[in-house]
Amino acid sequence: MDSSLLFNITTAAYFIAMVVFIAYLTSKNEQIGFGATVISWVGFVANTGAIGLRWREAYAMGFQQAPLSNLYESVVFFAWSILLIYLLFDLKYRYRAIGAFVLPFAFAGMIWAQWKLDATIAPLVPALQSNWLTYHVITCFIGYAAFAVACGVSIMYLVKVGKEEAASGNPVGGILGMFPSVKVLDDLNYKAIMIGFPMLTLGIITGAAWANYAWGTYWSWDPKETWSLIVWFIYAAFLHARFTRGWVGRRAAWLSIFGFAATIFCYLGVNLVLSGLHSYGGG
Amino acid sequence: MSKEPNFVDRLWDFFCSLKLAIITLILLAATSVIGTVIEQGTTPEEMAAKSGWSLDTLKFLDKSINAFDMYHSWWFLSLMGLFAVNLICCSIKRFPFVWKTVREPRLVADDGFFRSLSNVEEVVVAKGTIDGVRDQVATLLQGKFAAPVVTEQDDKVYLYAEKGAISRFGVYVTHASILIIFIGAMIGNVWGYKAYVNIVEGSAVDKVWPRGGKEPIPLGFSVRCDNFDVEFYDGTQRPKEFSSDLAVLQNGQEVLKKRIEVNDPLNFGGITFYQSSYGPAGDATFRFKVRLRSSGQTLDLSAREGEHVPLPGGASFAVTNSTENYDKFGPAVQMHVNTPDGRHGNPFVVLKNFPDFDAQRGDEYIFSLVGMEQRYYTGLQVAKDPGVWVVWLGCFLMVAGSLGAFFLSHRRLWVVIQPLSKGVGVKLGGSAHRNQPAFALYFDTLRKDLNDALAGK
Ligand code: HEM
Repeated sequence: MDSSLLFNITTAAYFIAMVVFIAYLTSKNEQIGFGATVISWVGFVANTGAIGLRWREAYAMGFQQAPLSNLYESVVFFAWSILLIYLLFDLKYRYRAIGAFVLPFAFAGMIWAQWKLDATIAPLVPALQSNWLTYHVITCFIGYAAFAVACGVSIMYLVKVGKEEAASGNPVGGILGMFPSVKVLDDLNYKAIMIGFPMLTLGIITGAAWANYAWGTYWSWDPKETWSLIVWFIYAAFLHARFTRGWVGRRAAWLSIFGFAATIFCYLGVNLVLSGLHSYGGG
Repeated sequence: MSKEPNFVDRLWDFFCSLKLAIITLILLAATSVIGTVIEQGTTPEEMAAKSGWSLDTLKFLDKSINAFDMYHSWWFLSLMGLFAVNLICCSIKRFPFVWKTVREPRLVADDGFFRSLSNVEEVVVAKGTIDGVRDQVATLLQGKFAAPVVTEQDDKVYLYAEKGAISRFGVYVTHASILIIFIGAMIGNVWGYKAYVNIVEGSAVDKVWPRGGKEPIPLGFSVRCDNFDVEFYDGTQRPKEFSSDLAVLQNGQEVLKKRIEVNDPLNFGGITFYQSSYGPAGDATFRFKVRLRSSGQTLDLSAREGEHVPLPGGASFAVTNSTENYDKFGPAVQMHVNTPDGRHGNPFVVLKNFPDFDAQRGDEYIFSLVGMEQRYYTGLQVAKDPGVWVVWLGCFLMVAGSLGAFFLSHRRLWVVIQPLSKGVGVKLGGSAHRNQPAFALYFDTLRKDLNDALAGK
């Protein structure tokens, strides 16, 4: 078995899990919901195995590097992190409906990586050969993944709170009846960001430590660094919004969605969009 | 005693407000975008040529908001300053309350206070004395939670126990850490520098050049490069690793030697030398063995790149190009032989790893490459930043503080034991300053334990 087969299994499992989660919402059948969770676990295990195998394959080719060295590897690791955070939330809080809003992020990442990205294993240039790279990427991506979960939960919040207000406070039925209550959704949003924020903080700090170690400056305002700081500012605003009247609920949910959009731009947009302007952004 | 808030009070409230913090954070995020779209450190002309944007607009942005060095502009620094002032004022305003909560906890909980708690349990012990129940409850709390403080007042006994009081300070540690990082950055800006220097193999330097090309900065010692090495990935020109052997000299004495690599710098006296680039210093020298096909005679000859070296019989040769790695065959040179009347022969390649290969060319002169010596210079970045440890301290406190703020909570328990007509009444109440659901679960088991203990189980 090689890693590419396992990556295909991962992609398929995330797709099926996503569809089954939607079937669960429409059918309200708990067994279908359980099935969707099991398929998510299968995908997660395959994803883990695939990353492990790819690590071994790189070593066999003589490259002593963790499988976090190019865009393809980072995207599949991002999908893995999203599942990690999602499954931890599922184990702890058991709100199954959330899967329908989180699995699409993981599936989108996997299908993009499998279809469009270059999966060749290539050696790292000297400037990137460092353990700091591994710490830096892992902390950042766990943070990003927690923000993805928060974003999914926030979308659910906005959908549900709108319908609930239209029904003037009466509990809403149908698919929305399967969602956790808006109070729980608001709390889960906060809980996810409570994990994501310290992780992003650690990601920025390990990035700075690495830059300082390798190049002698911990901060140089390059677009990637600056965008990670922008994301950090947005989530800091979110955390403080909770203590301020008039900023909870809807605005906090929008801030969380907005924060995730900025996260995605920080991760992909800086390289893909700004690279047209900056010579050093490509790749 | 209420009075109209005057201007100073209003200003103070403005600087203490959390709304200001949110707005400042969003403004910092929004304005920071500008500097990621406009390449910092370039000029409007360069940017216009690269992006095709209007030069007039870019010039306007440069003049009005200093868009080409915006992170050091007065307005961006002011925004940061406002942010810091906000943080300081807010902390000054709130800290005394937190300090009081922790240092002077409420030891005696009256009925009104119990009504404000969401976790309360009442038990009546039919047969028992106040002292006996007090000891039972105190033992229970000490075993399951924390040792209580006992207060006796008006024939009632009050117990108070707490855990995790320190987590109240997490937020303050996080906020202070931001200010510490700012201070570290300022120290680095005022007392540090960023510079670079190139050292040719075998030579030494005692000054470095700051970015922006002002006067060189004397180091106070000298640094010598003894050797430079570069290693390539098999069959490519991609450098795998490059390294320099450096020696530090003080008053002519060698005090430190170290081989530095891209991710492994040399540090001496608070100044750090980072391997950042390299290049050839002067022309390479090539050593050949040349065999004459007709006579079998061999000669040792050496040539610099581009130099014409005479051969027996009036001809000459010159090396025009060289590489460390020619298509997986290793080091190679491109060269040609000139006829005695000065006409250029066809260029050909000689491989160091295949000394007999050139004989197949069928020419009178058979070359084998014995050695290639290229002197290199090593390019070093030099940084001095006395503030960096302050920044790391701030980072550490930020992580520790936010973990404390998010994942620990201050849990408190109050107990009143009082005589009733039918025995002894025990009231237990508790609160947590965050993560209430988990505390409610904990309180539930504690309640059962209390009932069991008082029932003598
Ligand atoms: C980027 C900068 C900042 C960071 C990283 C930060 C971090 C935090 C964190 C992690 C918390 C705990 C949040 C929670 O418990 O959910 C918090 C709470 C708080 N922050 Fe900040 N903060 C920042 C800026 C500010 C500023 C400028 C102010 C100025 C007013 C401020 C005032 C507060 C207040 C009043 C609380 C609530 C404390 C409480 O009662 O629990 N913060 N901050």
